[in-house]
Amino acid sequence: MTQFETVEHDVLVIGAGGAGLRAAIEASAQGVSVGLVCKSLLGKAHTVMAEGGMAAALANVDERDSWKTHFADTMRGGYYINNWRMAQLHAQQAPDRVRELEAWGAVFDRTQNGKIMQRNFGGHAHPRLAHVGDRTGLEMIRTLQDHGIHQGIDVHMECTVSSLIKDGPRAVGAFGYTRELGKFKLFKAKAIVMATGGIGRAYKITSNSWEYTGDGQALAYHAGADLIDMEFVQFHPTGMVWPPSVRGILVTEGVRGEGGILKNSSGKRFMFDDIPDNYRSSTADTPEEGWKYVAKTDANARRPPELLTRDHVARCILKEVKEGRGSPHGGAFLDIAWIKEKISKSEAHIKKKLPSMYHQFKELAGIDITKEPMEVGPTTHYVMGGIRVNGESQMSTVPGLFAAGECAAGLHGANRLGGNSLSDLIVFGKLAGEHAAKFAKENSSIHIDNELVDQACQEALAPLDSPAGSQANNAYEIQYELQDLMQDNVGIIRNEDDILKAVDGVEKLKKRATTVHAPGNRQYNPGWHTALDLKNLLLVSEAVARSAVVRKESRGAHTRDDFPEKDDNFSHVNTVLRKQDDGNMQVVQEEIPPIPDELQQIIEDNK
Amino acid sequence: MANVTFRIWRGDKESGEFQEYQTVVTEGMVVLDAVHQIQAESANDLAVRWNCKAGKCGSCSAEVNGMPKLMCMTRLSDLDLDRPVTIEPMRAFPLMKDLVTDVSHNYRAKQKIKPFKPRKPDNADGSWNMAQEDVERVQEFRKCIECYLCQDVCHVLRDHHKHDEFIGPRFFVYNAALEMHPLDEEDRVEDLKKSQGIGYCNITKCCTKVCPEHITITDNAIIPLKERVVDRYYDPVKMVLYKLMGPKKKKS
Repeated sequence: MTQFETVEHDVLVIGAGGAGLRAAIEASAQGVSVGLVCKSLLGKAHTVMAEGGMAAALANVDERDSWKTHFADTMRGGYYINNWRMAQLHAQQAPDRVRELEAWGAVFDRTQNGKIMQRNFGGHAHPRLAHVGDRTGLEMIRTLQDHGIHQGIDVHMECTVSSLIKDGPRAVGAFGYTRELGKFKLFKAKAIVMATGGIGRAYKITSNSWEYTGDGQALAYHAGADLIDMEFVQFHPTGMVWPPSVRGILVTEGVRGEGGILKNSSGKRFMFDDIPDNYRSSTADTPEEGWKYVAKTDANARRPPELLTRDHVARCILKEVKEGRGSPHGGAFLDIAWIKEKISKSEAHIKKKLPSMYHQFKELAGIDITKEPMEVGPTTHYVMGGIRVNGESQMSTVPGLFAAGECAAGLHGANRLGGNSLSDLIVFGKLAGEHAAKFAKENSSIHIDNELVDQACQEALAPLDSPAGSQANNAYEIQYELQDLMQDNVGIIRNEDDILKAVDGVEKLKKRATTVHAPGNRQYNPGWHTALDLKNLLLVSEAVARSAVVRKESRGAHTRDDFPEKDDNFSHVNTVLRKQDDGNMQVVQEEIPPIPDELQQIIEDNK
Repeated sequence: MANVTFRIWRGDKESGEFQEYQTVVTEGMVVLDAVHQIQAESANDLAVRWNCKAGKCGSCSAEVNGMPKLMCMTRLSDLDLDRPVTIEPMRAFPLMKDLVTDVSHNYRAKQKIKPFKPRKPDNADGSWNMAQEDVERVQEFRKCIECYLCQDVCHVLRDHHKHDEFIGPRFFVYNAALEMHPLDEEDRVEDLKKSQGIGYCNITKCCTKVCPEHITITDNAIIPLKERVVDRYYDPVKMVLYKLMGPKKKKS
């Protein structure tokens, strides 16, 4: 048997972005021993890339805001298939979680009277996003990291978990390898929190970092946990499109929150042309009204159509491009420089409010956003679906296995509102940590079967052990082919034929992936790591495609041109994926539990 | 489109050497793109750290043609591509493999710094009031992405290897962010002088020059901290006052 080191914790947290760090801090505060495993160095997780802010009804800028409005906005944005309990807890608890970050040292931008500043964002009725310029994610992760390192948490950096270990129905351990030397580690834990983020690397054009290979979703699925809503992948409307090497990098919605407008090649502001019915009463009639909303000079002004939900804005941009009115490199123009017509010292204002956007375009594209428009287009950004959890405890359908953040599902329904992900991390990170600690206290003894560990070892070593030669497959090649397959067939606009092509294509790639060979040894070998991550990418790609087939309607981020309308048959169901005994993926649709009257009333009151 | 030669450091703790790779460079590519392309085409096991590829995570620090840089923010069009482009790991830290170094010194250094200690909340809901102009000074320091390029270029670490006595520019910036935080009440001056080695810095400003976030490390962070040390330990009047009255509570 290959050697491995055994490490024991009461609670093991896998992933050290906002959700994982917050979970670890909470579990530690409950008095249990905590281990935190992260694929990268601590503080580098994808959370650093979040820009615009975290949504919380602090009501610092507009006193009409309340958790109820935030709840109603989240449900409407998610097309009412959200887990309503999660949407409620999220809206209620986000303000406390944001204030807690301030108590731990976060330095948010301020209002005139010294409170935490809040900005406008798509789908939010009021200015709601606490922020720090356009680097809010960095502020969050650094605050949690700098607080977390003094809480007695054992951090296992640059360590990747490759399998979960179960004892009967219960998750009791995780097996992984260290990047530096390729040494194996067995983590024994009474409770495990998955906080591994998203799946963006399954697509060619993405705003996500390399770590986003769907590890948590895939590991949980293989351990028997349900996945839900995997058809809902958010394509953020504004990613960079030029030059090619930066295609997909995020351009924050904050640009539009600060007054940025979208124009086509003939200079037309096209977003006014198509406003969905359910947002018509809350959207500005004229550009002038839209500006008053952005500039906060008229409390009754309604938001400009650029601040409609992400799914809608992404489709509108795509339409302009498809109909030949796109920008030179296949996007639309996003113009913030125009605000010079409205405010003096606009250049300084833009640099102050959007420093990293200024920097990013200046350095990577040679564009000065204070003077000229940006070219932007949709980019794979976020997965609303993921591990099914209990709304209160965040426990998955596998006892002892919890999930929080992007890898968990429910809060966002069919489409996530901007700003709701950072608040998701801290609200549900805390709850997951708290309940994992409780579970660990109540369920002590664990047993790990050595045979399972041996099997995990062999699976991890397979790419290195498999023979090289002409039959061997290169993990990078398969990954690129998968990214093309998903981009082309399960992208923003889908139809049955394309999706089935993807399902079929993934099957073929899965076969080829079994003979992947990674040259070199176990020491810091990206070829080996890519080969292991590839298995997870293939699984989540299959999950997205198979879920997309069965939702024969268009809802939120899931748009089918063969079923272009919402369909009531699907308005109360989640798509559920489960691993069957024969290893195949079962797809079923299950009814969402009925929403309590008082919550339904809040939705009606805010329509 | 051009075929460009890259000289990339390959090796581990024991030994290493530059190896040459050729790859095709297209418009807009950054150094990290070229490294990835080479990795996928001909060196699957070439070790490199990266995460965001957007200049936000600070993972892909290396020395490009001898200059400490983020590989993801260094455009190839800004380099002379008629000659081989040299890429090597940060030299102030022990090598793990190829372009990856052991940066654990930085995590140990941060652990030593006393954490944030806020004054009592101003409001019943546990919140505080702060003016924008008061937080801006600290916000500059909090832009830091912890790429450690400032540490890499600092001669106290790079040439004199004072890793045990000197925390380095990044952590003076971190100290400054805490010390100048409008809510913080902790006192870190003694540590700065005694265990963190601020006296070793002789203000050559190399750190400021390489900072990809354009933080004015020396002028805005290190010099004000040095002044606090000087005030307490070397100004005879203030020294006596300090002995009599103890550390001054920060103004709230």
